[in-house]
Amino acid sequence: MKITVKLFARASQLTGASEIDVEVDAGASVADFREALEAQHPELKPIAGSLFVAIDSEYSSDEQVIPEFAQIACFPPVSGG
Amino acid sequence: MPLSPEDRFVELTDQPIDADRLTQFVTTPLSGAVILFLGTVRELTHGKRTISLDYDAYPEMALKKMNELVDETAEKWPVQKVAIVHRTGKLELAEASVAIALSCPHRGDVFDAGRFLIDELKIRVPIWKKENWSDGTTEWVHPGADAPSTNPRTEAE
Repeated sequence: MKITVKLFARASQLTGASEIDVEVDAGASVADFREALEAQHPELKPIAGSLFVAIDSEYSSDEQVIPEFAQIACFPPVSGG
Repeated sequence: MPLSPEDRFVELTDQPIDADRLTQFVTTPLSGAVILFLGTVRELTHGKRTISLDYDAYPEMALKKMNELVDETAEKWPVQKVAIVHRTGKLELAEASVAIALSCPHRGDVFDAGRFLIDELKIRVPIWKKENWSDGTTEWVHPGADAPSTNPRTEAE
């Protein structure tokens, strides 16, 4: 399935986009998604290990399965304040 | 005690923060202590000179996480009212990027609760700053970006 991923800060800067598409198998975990993301968007490699994956505005763990129709976002460590 | 929607003000804004309004919002007849914290744009970081900062946010998640922080704070301290406002967009030197105001019956609690809110906001809330340095270069600030990501805890431990 095709996942549209929101990107922020340096992740958005490296790809030149605020949203990208990532193709994963149905039932893919967050870990699977990370692999697919890095393979399909190698420009994210410099920060791939530090990216957070948020599912519907919640921090995810690598074992979680990506639900269909969820809002997915990827971003490096936060620096607000 | 859970804090009702009318006792909290949580906002992202691209306009200057009106700190007086936030202080007034949290001050109630039952308050004995009110605190206002402002995070402001600093010129010098490790000897480098900042011209301005650009803030980016993931609005839906940032507001959700800010409201969760308010909930956790109200569980830990006898908070009466809370306001948290964070700026987005371009900020000049000395402008407030974040404001936290809250009230409690006694002073010890407002300091502790305020410290908790700003410390946790900086760990959990998806907002980022970009340094516009005086040498013309720019740099997104991502603390620990060289290390593998570990999720910020979302429950009070």
